Amino acid sequence: MTTEELDQIAESVRAENAKYDHEINVCMGTGCLSQHSDLLKDALVKEVEAQGKNVFVRRTGCMGLCAAGPLVLVDPEETLYQHVNASNAEAVLANLGGEPVAALQCDLRDHFDQQVHVVLENSGHIDPEKIDDYIARDGYQALMTALTDMTPNGVIHQVTESGLRGRGGGGYPTGLKWGTVAKAAGDLKYVICNGDEGDPGAFMDRSVLESDPQRVIEGMAIAAYAVGASRGYVYVRAEYPLAVARLTAALRDARRRGLLGNNIGNTPFNFDIEIRLGAGAFVCGEETALLASIEGRRGTPKPRPPYPAVSGLWGKPTLINNVETFANIAPILRKGGRWFSAMGSERSKGTKVFALTGKITNTGLVEVPMGIKLREIIETIGGGVPDGHTFKAVQTGGPSGGCLPAEMLDIGVSYDALVKVGSIMGSGGMVVMDDTSCMVNVAKFFIEFCMTESCGKCIPCRAGTAQMHTLLTRICAGSGTMEDLDLLVDLCSTVKEASLCGLGQTAPNPVLSTLKYFRNEYIEHIVHKRCPAGVCNIEAPAEVLA
Amino acid sequence: MVSEPNSGGIVPAFTPPPLPSDDKRWKIVNGTMRKNGFARHALIETLHTVQSSFGFLDDDAIRFVARSLRVPLSQAYGVVTFYHYFSLKPPGKHTMTICTGTACYVKGADKLVAEAEKRLGVPQGQTTKDGNISLTTARCVGACGRAPVMINDGELAGLTTGELMLAQLERWAVE
Repeated sequence: MTTEELDQIAESVRAENAKYDHEINVCMGTGCLSQHSDLLKDALVKEVEAQGKNVFVRRTGCMGLCAAGPLVLVDPEETLYQHVNASNAEAVLANLGGEPVAALQCDLRDHFDQQVHVVLENSGHIDPEKIDDYIARDGYQALMTALTDMTPNGVIHQVTESGLRGRGGGGYPTGLKWGTVAKAAGDLKYVICNGDEGDPGAFMDRSVLESDPQRVIEGMAIAAYAVGASRGYVYVRAEYPLAVARLTAALRDARRRGLLGNNIGNTPFNFDIEIRLGAGAFVCGEETALLASIEGRRGTPKPRPPYPAVSGLWGKPTLINNVETFANIAPILRKGGRWFSAMGSERSKGTKVFALTGKITNTGLVEVPMGIKLREIIETIGGGVPDGHTFKAVQTGGPSGGCLPAEMLDIGVSYDALVKVGSIMGSGGMVVMDDTSCMVNVAKFFIEFCMTESCGKCIPCRAGTAQMHTLLTRICAGSGTMEDLDLLVDLCSTVKEASLCGLGQTAPNPVLSTLKYFRNEYIEHIVHKRCPAGVCNIEAPAEVLA
Repeated sequence: MVSEPNSGGIVPAFTPPPLPSDDKRWKIVNGTMRKNGFARHALIETLHTVQSSFGFLDDDAIRFVARSLRVPLSQAYGVVTFYHYFSLKPPGKHTMTICTGTACYVKGADKLVAEAEKRLGVPQGQTTKDGNISLTTARCVGACGRAPVMINDGELAGLTTGELMLAQLERWAVE
C-alpha cells in the first residue's frame, strides 16, 4: 500500500458515490439497532427499487442523538430524520429532492451547531465495515505520511505539540507517555488500546469502535511506529458484542489492504493487532490490572513504579492509551499539532466526547471543545431537564467522579477545573439528575458499585468500601446518626489515601462531593428521618404514627 | 561438537489431555487453545469460548482447560470467579438482563429489578425453579442513551417500563 494507492481507492469510492442522486445514511449503532434500524434499512432498500430511484442506502455508525433514534441522514441535502421506522420508508423516498417529510424532521440546531467533531468526524457518515469508506475520508493518509516522511521522534513531537492528554480519564500528556516508551530499552514493545469502558453511564468508546474502528487501528499503528512497537492489543469489553464484531471485521480488512502486517507501506515497519475480551471487571480499566487480564490472570493491580511504559505486558515496555486518545491521533498528524492545540482551554486541548444521559432531553453522544461551560452542554446541547422537573446535579467521571450542583454549571470543562470542584473529567460520562434523585442514595449506589468491583487485593478498598456501604445503607434507612456521618468522612480519607490503585483512591469521590454540595440531604435523613426526594424507604418513627 | 538435546531430554514434549467427551463443542474449545499454542495466557480467551459454547463453566470444563494450558487449578478457578462475566451455573431457557448502570439507575432500574424478582420469585442472579427464565443484572451495557435498558435473550430493548418487562416475562412463561 502506498499513498498513491490510497488516493486511487479514495477516488474510486468518491466516483461510486457520485453516481447516485442521493445517499440515505441509516444509523446502525447499538441504540438505533435496538429500535430495529436494520429493518428500516431493508425497507428503504426495497423502496428504492420499488420507486426506481437512483439512491444509495448506507449503514452507518452512531449519529449521536440516541434520544431521537432511529436516525436517518439524507445527503447531499443534509436532512436529518428522527424516530424513523420501516413504515416511513415510502414517504422518505417519495419526498427526496422535494420538501422533507415534516413529521419526521429533526431540527435541533442548538444541539448540533455547538459541537466540533474531530473524533466523531466520520461517525454517521461512513459504513464502519467498509475500510474504503474510511480511506475516502483521508483515512490512513496520516499513517502513510508518518511512515514515509517522518521520523518516530517527529511523530512524537507533533503529538506533544498538540497538547493531547489521555482521554481515559487520567489526563496524562500523551506525547510524554509516547516519549517514555520510545526511550525504553528493548526489542519487543507493545501498544495496547484500553477499550474496557467500565464506567456505567459512559459509551464513547463503544460508539467509536462501532462507528469508525479503522480510526482506532490507524492511531495504534502510528503509535507503534513512534514508540517502536510491533505487536498490539485492543482490550474491549465482552458486553459490547457489536463493537467486537465491527473491530474484528476492521482488523481483517486492514490486513487485507496491507495496512497491518509486515512491511506496511513498503517500509520495514511491521505491526499487527489482536483483540482481547474483557470479562466484566471494572478494575481492569486500571492499566496494571488490564495487563494482568491480557496475561490471562485475575485483574488485580500492581503498585507503580515500574510503570507499564518501562515494564508492562510480559515485562516489556508497553504503551497503553484509551480508545478516544488513539482516535485523535490521525487528525493530529494530518492537520498538525498546532491545529489541535488551538482548540480547547489553557491546559486541556482539543475536543472531548461526552455521553449525555440520565434526566436530560437529548440523550446521546456529543463532542465539544474543551473549556465549554457545563451549562452549555446540559442546557443548550442537551436540551435541559425534561418533564417539568428541575436540575439537581450532574455526575461526571463515573464511580470515580463527583456530583456537581447547579451553582457549578458555569465552570468550563477541563481536567483541572473539574478536579478543583471535587469531581474528575473521567472518560466522559455525564449523568444528569433531577429533583427525583436522592443524593444520599446516589452516593450509596456508587459505593455499592465500587464495593462489588473492588478486586480485594488491598484492605483499605476492600474493607473500606464495604464499611462505607454499611453506613450509607443505615443513613438511607433513616437509622443513621451524626456519629455515622463523621465516621463516613473519616473512612473517605482513609480509603482515598491508602488504597493501592485508582479504583480505591477515587471511590470516596461521590460521597465527598455529595457531602460537600448536598449535606442537607444527609442531615434530613439522619435528623428528620425523611428522604426529601422520596426515594429512600424510611419507616416513619413511632411518635409520628401515634 | 555440541549435540542437540534429544527428544527425551530436559523438557519433555507436552501432550494436551484428551477431550472430556465426544461432544463437538470441545473441539471448538480446543481450537481456541490450539490457535494460541496452548499458552497459559490464553486462559481467559479459552474460558470465553467454553462459556459461549456451553452457556456456563462447570467443574469438568475448568479442569480440562486448566490441564490443557498447564495452569494450576487454583488459578483457573480464581480467574473464573474473579470475572463477573463467567457463570458457574447453567442459564435458564431464556435470560433477562436488566442494566443497573448509572443512567439506568437514575431512570429507575432498581424498581424494575425488584418487580422482576417479585414476578419470578427468585432473586437476581438466579434461575426460576422450572429452569425457564434466568434473571441477571449488568453494570452498564453502554446503551445509556436509551435507558433504562434490558436485554432479552441477547436482544437489547431500550426505554423499558414495568409493563413492557412483565409482558416479556409473560410471553416466555406461556410459550
